[in-house]
Amino acid sequence: MTDKERELLLLIEKEGRMASDKLAKMLELPINEVRDMLADLEERKVILGYSAIIDWTKAVGTEMVTAMIDVKVTPQRGRGFDEVAERIYRFKEVKACYLMSGTYDLSVMIEGRTMSEIANFVSEKLSTLESVISTTTHFRLKQYKHDGIIFVDDDEDDHRMVVSP
Amino acid sequence: MTHVKAEHNVKLSQNVEGIAPSGIRRFFDLASSMDNIISLGVGEPDYTTPWNVREASIHSLERGLTSYTANAGLMELREEISRYMEERFQTKYDPADEIIVTVGASEGLDIALRAVVDPGDEVLVVEPCFVSYAPLVSLTGGIPVPVPTSMEDNFQVSVEAIRERLTPDTKAIMLSFPNNPTGAVMGKAELEEIAALVQEHDLVVFSDEIYAELSYDEEHVSTAALEGMWDRTILISGFSKSFAMTGWRVGYVCAPAPYAKAMLKIHQYAMMCASTMAQYAALEAMKNGRQEMEEMIVSYRQRRNYFVESLREAGLECHSPGGAFYAFPSIRATGMTSEEFAEKLLIEQRVAVVPGHVFGAGGEGHVRCSYAASMSQLEEAVDRIAAFVKNVRK
Repeated sequence: MTDKERELLLLIEKEGRMASDKLAKMLELPINEVRDMLADLEERKVILGYSAIIDWTKAVGTEMVTAMIDVKVTPQRGRGFDEVAERIYRFKEVKACYLMSGTYDLSVMIEGRTMSEIANFVSEKLSTLESVISTTTHFRLKQYKHDGIIFVDDDEDDHRMVVSP
Repeated sequence: MTHVKAEHNVKLSQNVEGIAPSGIRRFFDLASSMDNIISLGVGEPDYTTPWNVREASIHSLERGLTSYTANAGLMELREEISRYMEERFQTKYDPADEIIVTVGASEGLDIALRAVVDPGDEVLVVEPCFVSYAPLVSLTGGIPVPVPTSMEDNFQVSVEAIRERLTPDTKAIMLSFPNNPTGAVMGKAELEEIAALVQEHDLVVFSDEIYAELSYDEEHVSTAALEGMWDRTILISGFSKSFAMTGWRVGYVCAPAPYAKAMLKIHQYAMMCASTMAQYAALEAMKNGRQEMEEMIVSYRQRRNYFVESLREAGLECHSPGGAFYAFPSIRATGMTSEEFAEKLLIEQRVAVVPGHVFGAGGEGHVRCSYAASMSQLEEAVDRIAAFVKNVRK
């Protein structure tokens, strides 16, 4: 990975998809080089996608329920946790899935329209898996910060004087 | 104002009366009266002070650390500054008697000048520069002598320009690189030429290095670190620009003990000490602020690259500013003065920039644009400037 690639990744990680001409100026690179670099990073699955960070509580009628579930599982011979993790993360309701150190094994984030939808998923899909020993479901009550973005209040307004020396 | 009673004749110091108010003021008033402007006229970072720094200051208040500190500042902070100056710029200062924590770099400039300059002394001021240098020299009774720089020389000061202005009364020179408003930097080789001349004529150097960290293409070289320069350099810096701490008003001066001792005399009578809670904030910035500062610097550099290139595309000639967060494009091609350009741009396109002439000799024909603004603001500003330039060139 070159310094420029790293700089590009850090930039779009924060800003999302950006026009190539803008990136070219910011990184002091020819525009073709930026396009090639992006294509290459996408091809190598270093860049997996581009998305927006949305506060759904402000989009009326579309708020979703989110739960973090601690899952204890029995690892399988030869495949460790990967196989059971795969069986879980393939469900489209699963927004995130991590293998954890500590008192449980997998941390699974689920999104649904209602609490009962999530409850159904846990009882019917998740806990019925053979390798799953136990689940502990935590419902998210409020989102303060996500992916480095603060959701509550906007104290970061520009308070500067319009002209100063 | 008509509140002064008739029986009293206002008696102001002639010295103060002789100083013109900052040219930036008129522009501030005009810009402040307008809505929906994009301001590229701001001389400070667009970041809020990092949270860990703010939190450290809050914690100092909770602990009741609200009394005076030593005149020269918290010893712990001076030790951090000493370590920082040595590690970062290879210049060594004893925290005991060569470092003073000041109320912003502004106070540092003031006490440095007052400690050195006597009435009638001439101080060379490399311009364009920060608006306070010449007035502060005048307040000491000294005579500011502008040494202009130009875009043709990337706003670097030349030995010839300095030599031409030397007189038997020349006592000191004021340098400020990376520079506000031009963004110019001076590398080691160029500074060494100046240093040789300065030594030849036994001048004192005031080196305002407040933008030292904001040097994007090459490592900043401190004047004090050059051979033979430590003894004669008063280095002025602070936390405002690099750590986004403008409102805290905390800076520092570093100088050989005899100079520091003289400055401390003024500081102790005029200020007592810098704000204690601000000093605790600065201490946290020194100890744990590096990473966040570096992220800010990367972002400034990217915005500089974008902005300068876009100004050029818009038809404005612009040198490559190596530091600070300003571009200083030439607007001569429009046939307007800086003042006209800035005023028309503000009224017609609602973009605030600062006319270059307010920064002294060599500033006319340019405007200062701060790129310490969000990318979306910069993009919009560039579009508007391009439209403006296209229109006036018709």
